[in-house]
Amino acid sequence: MDVLYGIPVIGLAFQLVAYLIQVLPLIAPIIVVLACPIALGALCGFMNERSGVVNIGIEGMMLMSAFTGWVTAAMLIVIWPDQTPIAGAFGATPALIGGLIVAVATGMIVSLAHAWLSISVRADQIISGTIINIVAVGVTGYLNILISGQALSTAGSFKKWVPPAALTDLPYVGWLFEALFHQGPIVLTMLLSVVVLQVLLFRSRWGLRTRAVGEHPKAAETLGIDVIRLRYRNVILGGIFAGLAGAWFTLEYGNSFQSGMTNGRGFIALAALIFGRWTPLGAFGAALLFTTADAIGTAIRFQTPAGDLKELGALLSGIPTQFYSALPYLVTIIVLAGVVGRSIAPAAVGKPYERESVT
Amino acid sequence: MADPILPDIAPVSAPALEMRGITKRYPGVVANDHIDLTIRPGEIHALLGENGAGKSTLMNILYGLARPDEGEILLDGEQIHISGPTDAIHHGINMVHQHFMLIPVLTVAENILLGEETTRGRIFLDRREARQRIRDLGTRFGFDIDPDEKVGRLSVGWQQRVEILKALYRDARILVLDEPTAVLTPQETQEVFLVLRRLAQQGHSIVFISHKLYEVMEIADRITVIRRGKVVGERIPAQTDEDDLAELMVGREVQLTVPRGESHPAEVMLSVQDLVVKSDRGRVAVEGATFDVRAGEILGIAGVAGNGQDELVQAITGLRRPTSGSIRLGDRDVTMTGPRDLHEMGVAFVPADRHRFGVVLSWPITDNLVLTDYYAQPYSHHKVRNDTAIRARAVEAIEQFDIRTPGPDVTVGALSGGNQQKVVVAREFDRELSLLVLDQPTRGLDVGSVEFIHRQAIAKRDAGTAILLVSAELDEVMELSDRIAVMYRGKLVAFLDGRTAHKDEVGLLMATGGAQGPAPATAASAPGKPA
Amino acid sequence: MSTRIRDTLVVPLLAIGLALIVGAVIMVLSSPLIDGSFDVRIPFQAYAALIKGSLGTPEQWVDGNFNAIVQTLVETAPLLLAGLAVGLGFKGGLFNIGAQGQFLLAGLAAAFVGGLLASSSPFVAVPAALLAGLLVGAAWGFIPGALKAFTGAHEVVTTIMLNYIAVFIIAYLITGPLRDPTASFARTISVGNASLPVLFGRNGHLGILIAALAVPAVWWLLYRSTLGFEIRAVGANPDAARYAGMHPKFLLILTMSLSGLLAGLAGGVQILGLTGYMPIGYSTSLGFDAIAVALLGRAHPVGILLAALLFGAMRAGAGQMQVDAHIPVQMIDLLQGIILFFLAAEVVLRKWFRIRSTGVGGVPAETTVTRSYGGQTSI
Repeated sequence: MDVLYGIPVIGLAFQLVAYLIQVLPLIAPIIVVLACPIALGALCGFMNERSGVVNIGIEGMMLMSAFTGWVTAAMLIVIWPDQTPIAGAFGATPALIGGLIVAVATGMIVSLAHAWLSISVRADQIISGTIINIVAVGVTGYLNILISGQALSTAGSFKKWVPPAALTDLPYVGWLFEALFHQGPIVLTMLLSVVVLQVLLFRSRWGLRTRAVGEHPKAAETLGIDVIRLRYRNVILGGIFAGLAGAWFTLEYGNSFQSGMTNGRGFIALAALIFGRWTPLGAFGAALLFTTADAIGTAIRFQTPAGDLKELGALLSGIPTQFYSALPYLVTIIVLAGVVGRSIAPAAVGKPYERESVT
Repeated sequence: MADPILPDIAPVSAPALEMRGITKRYPGVVANDHIDLTIRPGEIHALLGENGAGKSTLMNILYGLARPDEGEILLDGEQIHISGPTDAIHHGINMVHQHFMLIPVLTVAENILLGEETTRGRIFLDRREARQRIRDLGTRFGFDIDPDEKVGRLSVGWQQRVEILKALYRDARILVLDEPTAVLTPQETQEVFLVLRRLAQQGHSIVFISHKLYEVMEIADRITVIRRGKVVGERIPAQTDEDDLAELMVGREVQLTVPRGESHPAEVMLSVQDLVVKSDRGRVAVEGATFDVRAGEILGIAGVAGNGQDELVQAITGLRRPTSGSIRLGDRDVTMTGPRDLHEMGVAFVPADRHRFGVVLSWPITDNLVLTDYYAQPYSHHKVRNDTAIRARAVEAIEQFDIRTPGPDVTVGALSGGNQQKVVVAREFDRELSLLVLDQPTRGLDVGSVEFIHRQAIAKRDAGTAILLVSAELDEVMELSDRIAVMYRGKLVAFLDGRTAHKDEVGLLMATGGAQGPAPATAASAPGKPA
Repeated sequence: MSTRIRDTLVVPLLAIGLALIVGAVIMVLSSPLIDGSFDVRIPFQAYAALIKGSLGTPEQWVDGNFNAIVQTLVETAPLLLAGLAVGLGFKGGLFNIGAQGQFLLAGLAAAFVGGLLASSSPFVAVPAALLAGLLVGAAWGFIPGALKAFTGAHEVVTTIMLNYIAVFIIAYLITGPLRDPTASFARTISVGNASLPVLFGRNGHLGILIAALAVPAVWWLLYRSTLGFEIRAVGANPDAARYAGMHPKFLLILTMSLSGLLAGLAGGVQILGLTGYMPIGYSTSLGFDAIAVALLGRAHPVGILLAALLFGAMRAGAGQMQVDAHIPVQMIDLLQGIILFFLAAEVVLRKWFRIRSTGVGGVPAETTVTRSYGGQTSI
């Protein structure tokens, strides 16, 4: 193998592959963790776009949920100091559970506003999403400043579930189970939702009707399907996932709120949805791809390629850290540019539906 | 005239369905004005009227897609309320819409199942049972079809059958078909008629909406004629003829066809050689087309929609690059010439989809009339617009082409379909032309506008313009063309004389390309076989 | 006032009025967090302070002190330029959410070139630094335009990604090659003579004049020139534009670049007119504010001017509001969002308040941006 490393230029590529194989088991858990808000955001987008509604307000929904979830948990701590975990394995204290519920409810309420603007009012859906993003920045910024005077303490965060050793000790694949399942409740919910929605989309009555409404709402209406109601329901249910994604920021991955902390994850989620061809599994895969770029940037700082791979190490550590930070955004653009023509959106996406026919 | 296989039960039985005093008003128009309609069991009842007469509105009311302002609906003598398609389906009323209500990316079974799903455990679809029921129904009515084929891959004729299956799957008693033959060849039309007669024999009532007189005469047991939202007459085919129906339908004595007169073809204006054009998906859509159009003649291209006509027209008008072959205009090679240069060489184009290509709906008539020559004198000077000249042109065109509008600044989207098309015609016809390409120039227009546009086209021909007419409406091609070419699967399979060609002959060529045997269901493979 | 103008103005004005009411309700509801109890006087204090902070008081005017108004104009200038940038995009059928990144990178470029020419004549330094800003802005707009034209990647996602990338590029350059070695924190060197000259008041700089001139310039481009005709045609119906012999791909890239250019000009004006250097972590919400301005102004240059003046005044008065009523300046972001919400609900507003529409109805074509979403555009 190391014979190959000596070849100019191509040798570096071999070194990169060898390095990736070496660090993958180490960075896999962080890849899955970081993919969580993107995958959840993509599930929110999935529920919207499969039924024909564009949602670029996922970013704002996440931000608002992150805020309300965090504030609720922090206030519950004050009101109710006894915080014995209810579900010990997840460290789920009443405060955290309360925060989670409020975060999810926030996602659903904001989604209701989006549904109203884009389905009932028939406003331009991208503009409706943009408004949600602008309001989210305003409302969280405003309240965050006001609340910072209240000296709220943190409610902590959810703990990771420890999968049985029998799984994680398996040779060759044990690290995979470790990466996927040694996770907090929100990541595990995300994994479960991806699988369940994938099956429901293609096998269930709901899935068939949703696909029909996203492709040709008029046809669905002529068969007695209430397009407006199904769209409302799906958009609002989609809010659950945006709410969970928000809660991930402040109740699972971190334990505090900062303005603008979602940092474009809601938009990357949309790109993941497109790259994943509007399927839950595909979107999850795309989310993993995006966060791999992020995780490698981290890995290089902590375990610089050395020994046989020292040339690669010299090259990679010579690149400014800002480049690694920008990498997920760059990958998003490249993927979008490469895939859009071949990934076909639900035909009715973005088009408001008018019930009464005039002709 | 009456079909011998039809049992003569219609006149004596009680009505299956009655619509009484149906009135529907939209802002500015009364779409339905106290319409009464009676449908008897087992009859085929034609609803005849021109585009915009109110037929579709009436049927949308019956199907729950529109609410009537007044009137009542009775089924078997009892009043029913229909507030949505669910109610209609529940009462056994089903509809096959003019624009198919099928979802191309779903399978035949999924399309049929939708809204009427059989499930296991209330969540998951039971596909096996659905497949069996679809097969059984198909066998009973004489066509079997693969339930797992994607609908988007079926030919239009088979899509029509899926629509009918959808209704039968829901136990339709009353089946409404809105312009069901608009996109079919004469042979496919006959096959659909066969299915309809079989349905009627089994006791289903059928409402057949059409504006084609000869079809109505052939298939209907009774005919109700609607004009401007009112019932203007009821007829039985045996006691009427096409001229009588035409007069009822239009309200004045009409010439159904514009006299085309003698043509005087001169030198070759458009010459297409071995043209190969690919579609968006990279499939070869036009396969070695070779033809000429002379100055002063109309070449009509007949064919079922989707046989490469769009790509052919786009290649000739510079919107799509051909893969190989050549296009010559007069003595110049224009194979790779873009729309702007072609325009300057006197090529005009009336596109099929006028909302998409022909006009900018949100813009006023003034700007739409200069859409192709806004950059030239007198409409602009040194890249600056001359609003006075642009307005003057609009005022003149509105007068000359009889565009009905409150003024030149009204947006085109606010005009009726016929007047929108007149804006396109005014822009494209109003100059010296070498070649005029007409793609479905009268789709969806009322008789008056059709007549106007046909007259304009013949006037252009007589002035020495070469005209290429493409239409999926065989009647239009038959009526206007001096010569007819038939397009089938990307090839021009036959050239016929426009004055001597027979409609059935052209129809057969459209359906089969001249080869023996029936047309397969899809372009790629044949999943379903006609009985 | 003609009925047409009244008809255009009534809904935006109603949206502003309703937003102020909702804003007042939010202030009252959140007042316990400010001074411990519900206080219904807070909105009145806050709005009075906003007016005082943005227009000044009659006493100040008598003294010849127009600082408040000048401050409003200073805040308006970049909003106006960036609002025109987003509005031009709307007219061409594009949603430029990337004004933020174009603004920031252009600011850096102007600061860099200005720094190089800090001791040259202002007549060389100012134009050169501004030019650098607008070229970089145009380049950063060109990228999403080209991506859309050639690959179909929707600009809404790509411009947002480019905003983040711009931030990292700036962070790298300011902490690295472009850092002023003598400064205590990471920033570029001062622009010296490349600063925009102050024309009136305390800080009424040349950028205000530039922004004011941009309004007729953009109007002329859109409505008088044949190029504007083409841009609007592509925006309203790209298929028809192609059929009419225009080149939608080229026009799309051009529109996006021009939009970037205007946003870049905003960045140059802001850095050269106010700070005089580019600091690390320059914080602004200008890109999003510009969207609000363009939407409220209905993408029309004159409408954008009015909207920019309104938002500029709110920004200028926000500090006074925080001092007098203890309402955080973030209230302005919130108000902008609520105004947009009511604007989007135009159909409902018209129904509630029985306002007749004289237009054809439906969404104005220039603010319909969802059409090409999902790569379905055929150009």
